[in-house]
Amino acid sequence: MATVGRALLILALLAAAYGIVASIYGAVRGRPEWVASGRRAVYAVAALATGAFAILEIAFLRSDFSFQTVWAHSSTTTPTFYKGAAAWSSQEGSLLLWLWLLSLWSSLVLFLTRRQLRRVAPYATAVLLGFAAFFSALLVFKVSPFHTLAMVPAEGKGLNPLLRHPSMMIHPPMLYSGYTLFAIPFAFAIGALIAGQVGAADWIRSTRRFALAAWFFLGIGVMLGARWSYAELGWGGYWAWDPVENASLLPWLTGTAFLHSIMIQEKRGMLKIWNVSLVLATGILAIMGTFLVRSGILDSIHAFGASTLGLPFVMLIGVLIVGSIGLVVYRREALRSENKLDSMLSREAIFLGNNLVLVGLAFVVFWGTFWPLIAEALTGTRRALGPPWFDRYTVPLALVLVLLSGIGPIIAWRRATKANARRNFLVPTALALGLGVVLAAFGAASRPLALLMFVVGGFVVFSVGQEFWRGVGARRAMTNENPAAALLSLVARNRRRYGGYLVHVGMAVLFIGVAASTAFRDARDVQMNPGETARVGDYEFRYVNATSRAQFTNAGNLEKISLGAVVEVRKDGKKVTTLRPDRGFYPSTDDSLGPIGRYLAGEATSEIGLKAGMRKDLWVAMTPNIRAYEPTIEEGNRVFTALQGKVPAEETGAAIGLALRNRIIEPYRNDPPPATFRYIVSPLVTWIWLGALIVFGGGLVAMWPGPDAARRRARARAAARVAEDLGRTQARSTA
Amino acid sequence: MDPGAALVILAVVCAVAWIVSAPLRAGGEQVSSERDDRVAELRARRDAKYREIRDAQLDLDTGKLSEEDHRGLDRQLRREAADILRELDEAES
Amino acid sequence: MHPSRKRRIRLIVALGAATILAVALVYTSVSASNETVQPSQLAKADPADTYQLTGKVADGSLRERSGGADFRVRDRDGAASVPVSYSGAIPDPFREGREVIITVRKQGATYVGERDSLITKCPSKFTEDSTQKS
Repeated sequence: MATVGRALLILALLAAAYGIVASIYGAVRGRPEWVASGRRAVYAVAALATGAFAILEIAFLRSDFSFQTVWAHSSTTTPTFYKGAAAWSSQEGSLLLWLWLLSLWSSLVLFLTRRQLRRVAPYATAVLLGFAAFFSALLVFKVSPFHTLAMVPAEGKGLNPLLRHPSMMIHPPMLYSGYTLFAIPFAFAIGALIAGQVGAADWIRSTRRFALAAWFFLGIGVMLGARWSYAELGWGGYWAWDPVENASLLPWLTGTAFLHSIMIQEKRGMLKIWNVSLVLATGILAIMGTFLVRSGILDSIHAFGASTLGLPFVMLIGVLIVGSIGLVVYRREALRSENKLDSMLSREAIFLGNNLVLVGLAFVVFWGTFWPLIAEALTGTRRALGPPWFDRYTVPLALVLVLLSGIGPIIAWRRATKANARRNFLVPTALALGLGVVLAAFGAASRPLALLMFVVGGFVVFSVGQEFWRGVGARRAMTNENPAAALLSLVARNRRRYGGYLVHVGMAVLFIGVAASTAFRDARDVQMNPGETARVGDYEFRYVNATSRAQFTNAGNLEKISLGAVVEVRKDGKKVTTLRPDRGFYPSTDDSLGPIGRYLAGEATSEIGLKAGMRKDLWVAMTPNIRAYEPTIEEGNRVFTALQGKVPAEETGAAIGLALRNRIIEPYRNDPPPATFRYIVSPLVTWIWLGALIVFGGGLVAMWPGPDAARRRARARAAARVAEDLGRTQARSTA
Repeated sequence: MDPGAALVILAVVCAVAWIVSAPLRAGGEQVSSERDDRVAELRARRDAKYREIRDAQLDLDTGKLSEEDHRGLDRQLRREAADILRELDEAES
Repeated sequence: MHPSRKRRIRLIVALGAATILAVALVYTSVSASNETVQPSQLAKADPADTYQLTGKVADGSLRERSGGADFRVRDRDGAASVPVSYSGAIPDPFREGREVIITVRKQGATYVGERDSLITKCPSKFTEDSTQKS
């Protein structure tokens, strides 16, 4: 089967290469049958990639260790869900996933636009197939998922326990969906530039949906990463401005800017150069994001070692940048704006401001992320920037962004009169300022930036709330529906607008959560013995007793040793909850650690004790002190190493299990050495996840295709009125 | 290579070649016409303009535009829509 | 005011703001960043400066203690190593032989790690050599 897999990838590469030639030939010579053939090449690549991916997945699910990648990343004891997900935890598997997703989305968009954009689509096809060819070439020539082992091992190395978390396994497919979906608008932008069809309304409409979908999935991927970091890792944070985190955020920022400014182009024919540059930059940043994780060029928690793929990716990015700039310059005449900005007091101006802030944010993040390389290039020494530098710039920019997102919904297009603006801004501003005063009275003034974010976030909620209120009111005036029905039909008929409003509310909630949980968190690191209590904020954490547990596989092998604690949390004397943090130790396959030692020196993961709430999160991580058992471990290593070869393996195995139980696991429960605890009490963390959910809910609403009937009705109504005018003017002209 | 695999590969190669070459063998694809592109473009612009009209109406309903401002804007948008419809009619005929 | 003049003013203001931001960015990135070094380069270290140290945790050097750990960091490919005293959260993947990144400042004979600045690189999954032992 591995041979078939390899063959499918080679075929995919050949099909992609053919498709590029066919599409371009068909476009240049005006031969539509060749264009159609090129499009079918995309379908073929999708089918081939699906086949290859299926072969890989089946190998993982069957634990077929003749596949080297299956052996290296899975084992018979890995739970089925993680077996399936392990396919993309490796370099080769993740590249295949990327190729598969790219070919699927490409097929979808080309199928949907097969009768449109006849001049643009062939070039877009060529670009998409170019990406497909690049990734297939990597898979064929550099890192193959279908390497086989001459001698099939009985057991695999297993999945890194840090990845055994649902969000960690969904995180890559979401991110890659985002990245590959951004390749579509990129390809169509290149196509439009080559074909001289820039700024066409048809192009906007076709690529907007994909840009929105890309934004949606990429955003989910980023949030999953943040959530995993908070709930699974032992540091208690959700964002560290790590280079790879930043790399996934960059295309999302520019993508958000694009989704806004494209509306201006649609309405006023403005910002064409800006928009096409944004789309191209977003696509390039998406490729950069894919590249950064696997390149090792930046020091990051994610930089999975230096790989040999650095050079091909750098070359690809170079080609993309040079090509993009060249095309934009070549078509600059066609990209001239049809109109100019009418007034600073207009939605267009706010959108422009939003764009500037988002691009500013992207620039800051980009600069900070690549600074080590820039510094090295300029001065010879590599320098690195930490989170404080990022925060210094992103916090004020974020404040402005949230403020703008509150102004946008309540200001009119083209030109808002001052009187009208006053009427719309009065209530939300007053409410927001009132909120600020109330919060300040409750002590929020100690953190002015956070207070400012609360006020600004509140402003967004109030302004959007006013929009919904008035919209429902207007609808009820027309149709006399009850409020709930009116709300539903209002949103259903104006999905883009109200979906967008929901996104703004979600972002405001998210930023309020970030501000509160950062500014008002109480954290303590403390070493404790059972019975002791630590006070953090308003809460008391009592280390009640230690816990310990050994987990076995079905075959009777020791899979994990968990050493933990029971922590009782009280506030004002009343019990709030019981938390059970622990640390799980997975055995290592490295024999040099000793027959006993390897059980405690392999991978370790933290189980966080977390009580999340709408108002506060109580977070506990603990690290048991296993250093205290070092003498015991060394003794065990000596004893069992001496027994090797003299006693059959199963007996040794059983004896080792018994030794671990009697000398470490049981004693830890009864008389543990002092353990180190990290306690964090932080407010409104849940608002971050809640805000994210609202954002994605809003995104879904905005993306949802309207039922045809409603769309036709709406169109018909507008058409009828316009026809009236036409009739009138025609009558006038013939009279 | 085991014969089963070789057979599967051969079958796939044939399938791909057949799918990809189908348009070349069938022929009869319409020549991409300027007219079709123009019609699609105008239709997209028309839809966008209708949406603008509806948005302006919603802006009026939610108080972002005064009656007077809306009247002027609506008239202008409807004029622009009528222009597009006229062009569309010419292009379609 | 003539509309085109208004637009020009807007453009100038926008460009001005962007320039100020860019200059601030560049200036502070020079001053706020720490030089990235490997242990062998720390010998020439300025005691007053903070450095971002990257390297591998030397085998056998790890001594955990309450609230942190003391260990030696050695060059990725080399033997030169320096002692580090660190207080703060110890990441899950941290162990001897793994690559780490930590912000340090020289204090006497040892380098003190900035609180919570210890990052351990996820064990290499994306390497060519998948037979590497974890």
